[in-house]
Amino acid sequence: MAGRHVAGSEDPPGGSTTPAAEAATATRDLTRMSADELSRALRAGEVTSVMVTQAHLDRIAAVDGAVHAFLHVAAEEALATARDVDARRAAGEELHPLAGVPIAVKDVVVTKGLPTTAGSRILEGWVPPYDATLVERLKAAGMPILGKTNMDEFAMGSSTEHSAYGNTHNPWDLDRIPGGSGGGSAAAVAAYEAPLAIGTDTGGSIRQPGAVTGTVGVKPTYGGVSRYGLIALASSLDQAGPVTRTVLDSALLHEVIGGHDRRDSTSLPEPLPDLVGAARLGSSGDLTGVRVGVVHELNGDGYQPGVRARFEESLELLRGAGAEVVEVSCPHFEYALAAYYLILPSEASSNLAKFDGMRFGLRVVPTDGPATAERVMGATRGAGFGDEVKRRIILGTYALSAGYYDAYYGSAQKVRTLIQRDFEAAFEQADVLVSPTAPTTAFKLGEKLDDPLAMYLNDVATIPANLAGVPGMSVPNGVSDDGLPVGFQILAPARADDRLYRVGAALEALLERGWGAPLLSRAPELPTAPLTEGTAR
Amino acid sequence: MSTTDLVDYDEAVARFDPVIGIEVHVELGTASKMFDGAPTEFGAEPNTQVTPVSLGLPGSLPVLNRTAVESAIKIGLALNCEIAELCRFARKNYFYPDVPKNFQTSQYDEPIAHDGWIDIELEDGTVVRVEIERAHMEEDAGKNTHVGGATGRIHGAEYSLVDYNRAGIPLVEIVTRPITGVGDRAPEVARAYVQTLRDIFRGLGVSEARMERGNVRADVNVSLRPTPESPLGTRTETKNVNSFRSVERAVRYEISRQAAILDAGRTVTQETRHWHEDTGITTAGRVKSDAEDYRYFPEPDLVPVAPSRAWVEEIRATLPEAPVARRRRLQGEWGYADAEMRDVVNAGAIELIEATVAAGAVPAAARKWWMGELARTSNTEGVELADLPVTPEQIAQLQGLVDSGRINDKLARQVLAGVLAGEGSPEEVVASRGLEVVSDDGALLAAVDEALAAQPDIAAKVRAGNLGPVGAIIGAVMKATRGQADAGRVRELVLERINQG
Repeated sequence: MAGRHVAGSEDPPGGSTTPAAEAATATRDLTRMSADELSRALRAGEVTSVMVTQAHLDRIAAVDGAVHAFLHVAAEEALATARDVDARRAAGEELHPLAGVPIAVKDVVVTKGLPTTAGSRILEGWVPPYDATLVERLKAAGMPILGKTNMDEFAMGSSTEHSAYGNTHNPWDLDRIPGGSGGGSAAAVAAYEAPLAIGTDTGGSIRQPGAVTGTVGVKPTYGGVSRYGLIALASSLDQAGPVTRTVLDSALLHEVIGGHDRRDSTSLPEPLPDLVGAARLGSSGDLTGVRVGVVHELNGDGYQPGVRARFEESLELLRGAGAEVVEVSCPHFEYALAAYYLILPSEASSNLAKFDGMRFGLRVVPTDGPATAERVMGATRGAGFGDEVKRRIILGTYALSAGYYDAYYGSAQKVRTLIQRDFEAAFEQADVLVSPTAPTTAFKLGEKLDDPLAMYLNDVATIPANLAGVPGMSVPNGVSDDGLPVGFQILAPARADDRLYRVGAALEALLERGWGAPLLSRAPELPTAPLTEGTAR
Repeated sequence: MSTTDLVDYDEAVARFDPVIGIEVHVELGTASKMFDGAPTEFGAEPNTQVTPVSLGLPGSLPVLNRTAVESAIKIGLALNCEIAELCRFARKNYFYPDVPKNFQTSQYDEPIAHDGWIDIELEDGTVVRVEIERAHMEEDAGKNTHVGGATGRIHGAEYSLVDYNRAGIPLVEIVTRPITGVGDRAPEVARAYVQTLRDIFRGLGVSEARMERGNVRADVNVSLRPTPESPLGTRTETKNVNSFRSVERAVRYEISRQAAILDAGRTVTQETRHWHEDTGITTAGRVKSDAEDYRYFPEPDLVPVAPSRAWVEEIRATLPEAPVARRRRLQGEWGYADAEMRDVVNAGAIELIEATVAAGAVPAAARKWWMGELARTSNTEGVELADLPVTPEQIAQLQGLVDSGRINDKLARQVLAGVLAGEGSPEEVVASRGLEVVSDDGALLAAVDEALAAQPDIAAKVRAGNLGPVGAIIGAVMKATRGQADAGRVRELVLERINQG
């Protein structure tokens, strides 16, 4: 797409690193370091933000031609932020721990001055005049924004194949999907193009891509991260969260973007729990006294054998760490997918009404008759929206129509209440609930594109958390028989996001003790495929 | 436009029982919009009073204005309504360019206030109780301007411009239950009801409630039935009737029009109608039975509104008294006759007189100024009394100058002219125009002596005990002082001088 560019490398400003420190880091690949490690190296003066940022821009330039995680790379802006942070650090200013650590942002989040498309033609060329609250917080922390990542159009999809700007490829196997809708953010982190990324999760769009790319993804409690500046898919379900390579990194990022925002009426008023503390506590690998509930309904038929095997092995590790593993039943989860596909399209049909060619974005003026407002709106929406978006707008419009409202939207809201009660009952018996994140590993590009129902089933395990507003995390817990990564989902009660981090960090530590290295180190080396200008494949 | 058959109004109401219902929209006078921080200043350059929220930009979210909720509760309480313990907003979905999100955020089946009533007083003192069904909060739309057509309407226009300054201004919509049993006085009741609401809005301080700016807009529903016992007839809804007089005329017109249709054995079409201020008629708009499906659903971007009972009671304690009760109290305090009070009410001068009295003028003097000189000015200039460039405090000061004898009535009118011309306060005008009554006895005595010397024969007559011609001497003195002398004092001095002589 237009405007996709990467600046050439620049000499880092001197002064803030010692020759010895440079020698020490010269052997390290900055793109392989976690955000926590980068934070320490930056604070110790071993590296500069310009070095770190440039290393990631170089990596993007080298591999994103093959991965296509990014829709827009903001090299100039990212380096400007990096230089500013380096100068402030050199001047002795007290900085945020993640200051200077770069990040990628899903293209559904509005960024002042940077093109924001939500993966749709209808927003091609739109440059927002304001920042989302979470972007303001990233900027306030001094985090350079590397660019905007690819996604299914308006976050509708589980494979990123519904992007109007081409597919993103799974770094584990370029012929496979990276999950969706946030495939770009997950692939960018898995391909070492960014240490951190922002995703959004309406029915699993952070967790399912995390599972199929071997990365960590967290959907916070609904209201835990401001939605101001998120292009809404389904207002009552959407939630932004971290996409990272380690559980601790997710906690660090979650603390930057989370917390009350008066511009979002649904934002929770209370402060976040201590997430970083919980992650550090969990990394000791001790879960004595923690009750882990296995959700009966989210682990059975339809889950790939390799996925189930890894899940059972992870449960053994948790037991070994002192956790009490119990089985819980959530009988109404069976109806979650059906309820979700009424609530989501209903809200989306209304949220997407504003894309009409009147004020911003694409405007198509029909040439075959009078250009009335109604005809311009129709032509713009007809040309600007893709098939999946149109499908859901039609579904939602129908579900909200007079005479159908009670049967569809009304019933779906009742199911939602029942699912919330299932969670409440389950959390009486367990501190966290667990399941496989996704039923299968990454499927091949194009495999399910013509079968919406098969595509929708990918989110069967992740959707209940959105319907109930509870937080969820996906932690990579091995590879299936096909050599592709799988994810372990942890769910906690609303406002108890810290439990995700404690259990997630413990599982991660126990798994890595066994493996001797992070799971991602098993991913194949990517071919070098430089970025090209112009429209994506 | 085809001519419409009308039945003479008196005949129509003799044969049919009219039933009316009124929906009033009032724009609240909050500093910022219903759901965002954009300012609400009237008359600003197009599209300058906007934010990402009021433009409906992608990613923007609404946040409810607490002052707007407080105003809505005040209105609900003033209309004797129940205030909901918990209520939500809904989305009313429809595509139109002046609605930035292509849905209006409005309360739907959960209004903040419901089941109330208000007493209104007709000109002859008859009190009618109007039942209120509900009062709910919603946001206003932007404003379309259709350019290039002959009519200013969208039909025939070359293009349209949209101004989003008004988009998101908080509105409260007040809906009556059907008003029955008022017979031929239906038009008058409609007018008095809207007028009473206007007074309530002003009294509560929730809106400037200026009809000419569209702060208050009324939709009037009218139906006819053969007898008061018959079921309700088919109604029409005449939209955007924006003056008290038009409310009355529109109801009257619809009664005559519908009577003609029923007399001809046809049926009234349920539809919205446009009011034409210039010709005083209504014309058909869209047909209501073809109603759009607005696909209402609860607004997921807002949390429910749950005003605590303590807050509601706190607001109730600050409410001013109801207009009818207040009017009676003030009439008693001011000692005005019924007719005088009615004129004051109709002129919209209650608050002005009240403030003038509060600033120190006696009620009779306050009424004299506002209903006399100032009412005339307001008529000739075509502006509302309240919009004249003079304050109640200035009127009280003016009257104070008269009472202290520093100016007389004639001078006071000149001083008022100066104030209206923007020359400053009455004190300042007196000083700058040199209008003060000459009260310096030395200067006056010189003028008296001069007048007596100029007319020795009159002086002699007076001295002989014939007081009749003294007026001529006084007149000469007044002329010499260009009216700035106090005539009473001049008389005293003349008599003193003659008797001394």
